[in-house]
Amino acid sequence: MEAQFEALSELAKSGEKLNFGQDFFVKFYQAFLYSDRWQQYIKGVGTTLLVTAIALVLGVLLGAIVAMIRVGHAQQKPHHRNPILGVLNAVCKVYVTVIRGTPMMVQLLIMSMVIFASSRNFTMVGALALGINSGAYVSEIIRGGLMAVDPGQMEAGRSLGLNYMTTMFEIIIPQAIRSILPSLGNEFIMLLKDSSLITVIGGKELLYAAQGIMNRTYEAMFPLLGVAAVYLVLVMLFSALLAKFERRLAQSDRR
Amino acid sequence: MIDVKGLKKNYGGLQVLKGVDLTINKGDCVVLVGPSGCGKSTFLRCLNRLEEPDGGHIIFNGKEVTDHDIDHVRQKMGMVFQHFNLFPHLTVKKNITLAPVRLGLMKQPEADAKAMELLERIGLADKADTYPNMLSGGQKQRIAIVRALAMNPDVLLFDEPTSALDPEMVGEVLELMKELARGGMTMVCVTHEMGFAREVANRIIFIDEGVVKVDKPPKEFFANPENERLKAFLSKVL
Repeated sequence: MEAQFEALSELAKSGEKLNFGQDFFVKFYQAFLYSDRWQQYIKGVGTTLLVTAIALVLGVLLGAIVAMIRVGHAQQKPHHRNPILGVLNAVCKVYVTVIRGTPMMVQLLIMSMVIFASSRNFTMVGALALGINSGAYVSEIIRGGLMAVDPGQMEAGRSLGLNYMTTMFEIIIPQAIRSILPSLGNEFIMLLKDSSLITVIGGKELLYAAQGIMNRTYEAMFPLLGVAAVYLVLVMLFSALLAKFERRLAQSDRR
Repeated sequence: MIDVKGLKKNYGGLQVLKGVDLTINKGDCVVLVGPSGCGKSTFLRCLNRLEEPDGGHIIFNGKEVTDHDIDHVRQKMGMVFQHFNLFPHLTVKKNITLAPVRLGLMKQPEADAKAMELLERIGLADKADTYPNMLSGGQKQRIAIVRALAMNPDVLLFDEPTSALDPEMVGEVLELMKELARGGMTMVCVTHEMGFAREVANRIIFIDEGVVKVDKPPKEFFANPENERLKAFLSKVL
């Protein structure tokens, strides 16, 4: 196959016109197989998954903290508001508003060129920016889940003498998780796709690998279609896993 | 045991409780009745501060109930809700033992034994390891009562405990409440069950227009209602 590729590219260089089949073969070969380029895609996929995982963990952590603060603030009694919680709540509100109100791409560029302008680790800066972005959306998912638990559950816990935090962790959160987890799965899929954006700041994930090959071969179609196919397969895979997981959750609901 | 003085509660501009004075003694079974919206449930929920009172004092076992030690007060002041509010993600036994164990009042084995003993008493021992979804309304409410009892409370507050039940389930819950009252448990009940009030209560309180209008033993309460509002109310519910 390699010999055939060499022969055909020699032919093309000499000005000969290749037929459709030959042209297809040469472009496909140089996009994926020439000097083991497929390894670059594999490495890219690895980074993409790593970035997504880091962003998700960061997003869930941030989101959980923000959601707890905002719910805790909302559930205070009217005359006994805690000033520290009030300040934290205001900070959280600003965070959610700013992150949800500005484009992801702009946030990425600000992170890499303003805040971490001196860092060379573009991939991790990208993961950080993605995580901070995701945190705002996750906080709303978690907040919605916590608010959806019947208020009677909090009253029942408190009326037994359990304090707010214990009731939250023993009674409210375990019930909220059922409604939160499916949405978190969707957030994971969104993140997986959004991670391709960190290419613009030089994060070395899947799309970055494709672009490198495009720059060397002056040929865009195969690398881009290949990348699209990889994303599609990954998303379909995770969607199927999620659907399975959701069915499980629904089953245990019916006990 | 509970001394309420001048309890006030507003919702926005609406004054629901306009200064309620009431003393509940040890061993009392007090039933609160009144037209809907008169504030009986609000009064009950103010006792353990699920609602924040806007004025007045609540003295429980000689000490003023404040926000500061409310969790301690609530350990001794059990509450039973209209909608049971069992914890759906925990088994029946765990529902009962969660609070005593988490609050360090009992070790898990000790709490389990106590839960089983209580479940035995209400004939639901076989349900110990099932989840609340599997139970009928009456069973749920009886377990909710047992959950409150597991804390060894000094007083139990009942907020319309039979209002969300199918008619054929009301009896079993009332039966358990009667048994508790006869056993000397101090109880404060908001209920529409006049039969229960007549039979079990030692005092019936009529709340109207945000104040206590009548406070009498059941016989007098039903036999000669002097208050005009009470007459009108009784003519509707009896």
